[in-house]
Amino acid sequence: MIIKILGSGCQKCVTLAENAKAAADAAGKDARIVKVTDFAGIAAYGIMSTPGLVVDERVVSAGKVLTAAEIGRLL
Amino acid sequence: MDLFGWINTQLLRMQWLSDAVTAGVRAAGLDPASRIGGSVQFFVYDVIKIFILLSVLIFAISYVQSYFPPERTRRILGGRSGIGANILGALLGTITPFCSCSSIPLFIGFTAAGLPLGVTFSFLISSPLVDMASVILLASIFDWSVALAYVGVGLAVAIIGGTIIGKLGMEDQVAAFVRNVPVMDADETLTRGERAGFARDQVTDIVRKVWPYVLIGVGIGAAIHNWVPAETIGALLGQDKWWAVPVATLIGIPIYADIFGTLPIAEALVGKGVGLGTVLAFMMAVTALSLPSLIMLRRVVKLPLLATFTGVVTAGILTIGFVFNAITHWFI
Repeated sequence: MIIKILGSGCQKCVTLAENAKAAADAAGKDARIVKVTDFAGIAAYGIMSTPGLVVDERVVSAGKVLTAAEIGRLL
Repeated sequence: MDLFGWINTQLLRMQWLSDAVTAGVRAAGLDPASRIGGSVQFFVYDVIKIFILLSVLIFAISYVQSYFPPERTRRILGGRSGIGANILGALLGTITPFCSCSSIPLFIGFTAAGLPLGVTFSFLISSPLVDMASVILLASIFDWSVALAYVGVGLAVAIIGGTIIGKLGMEDQVAAFVRNVPVMDADETLTRGERAGFARDQVTDIVRKVWPYVLIGVGIGAAIHNWVPAETIGALLGQDKWWAVPVATLIGIPIYADIFGTLPIAEALVGKGVGLGTVLAFMMAVTALSLPSLIMLRRVVKLPLLATFTGVVTAGILTIGFVFNAITHWFI
């Protein structure tokens, strides 16, 4: 699966990416983490608060730094 | 003593804390009236006070803000235009949760949904400028009349600035991709527990982000307070100097700092006789305009619009500075 982290590279995005990686590992899924940092790319998903989390092209959260456990439930 | 006065001195200004820190400085063998003792007193008292207020305020305000996610604000503003929309945009800017790294996605989301450019800018100007937590902190350092005046003029800059930008019809100055962005409406209802959770996260988040600015700000404040002679500051930024406001504004624009960091500097400067208008101009310039945010904004709007935005806000700040310096005697 492809997990995208939408955000211009602030600390929150980094934390969210780490948590997503941990969640995917814990769930035993082979996930590729992609960081989307340009505004056009972020905006294409229609979110207004960053960081955003996209799992297989579906926006699952915006403006929140979810914990690994919370992300696990969304995978 | 009247209740309002008590709230101001003990709850907001925390006179009890100041007294306690003074006693502590004395117990440590320092004279609070001396330079070193005074610096230590100012630093310890201000740092503790700002962090207590910061935590309590951000929690309370974030709880309220959880009712106004950007999607809802966009719905409220949708289909409106004219000065009423600018006023509403500026007001909503004060209660929508704001993070500088989200201002560009927000700009894109508003514009894509067809909100008038002027309304979006009213929102974007007021959002960092008239932050609720900073207003209460302002009341704690000066008093309520100053804080209310700050809210009033901050909103005025946002409303008038947005209206001017709207009148200039610069809709074609927005990067082309912005128009083709999908408009999604996330509609989530949160439980009370989730709102409290959001508020708690905001506190940790903001405190983690601003503590260096607060320490640096208080450090500079303490230094000004006890080491820089009032004459030096007066010669540079004194009330009788016409250039005080422009200089303070120009110094403030490129700086990116949190308002919580600038307040202790403002406090110390006013203590040295710098005009209230000069100090407010400095604070507004620091919070409303900064080099990093202008560089980010440049990626979604063209240069003429960016220059107009910067120019309009700068002009507003200068006006406020001069006006407040002329009427300082009403407040202090």
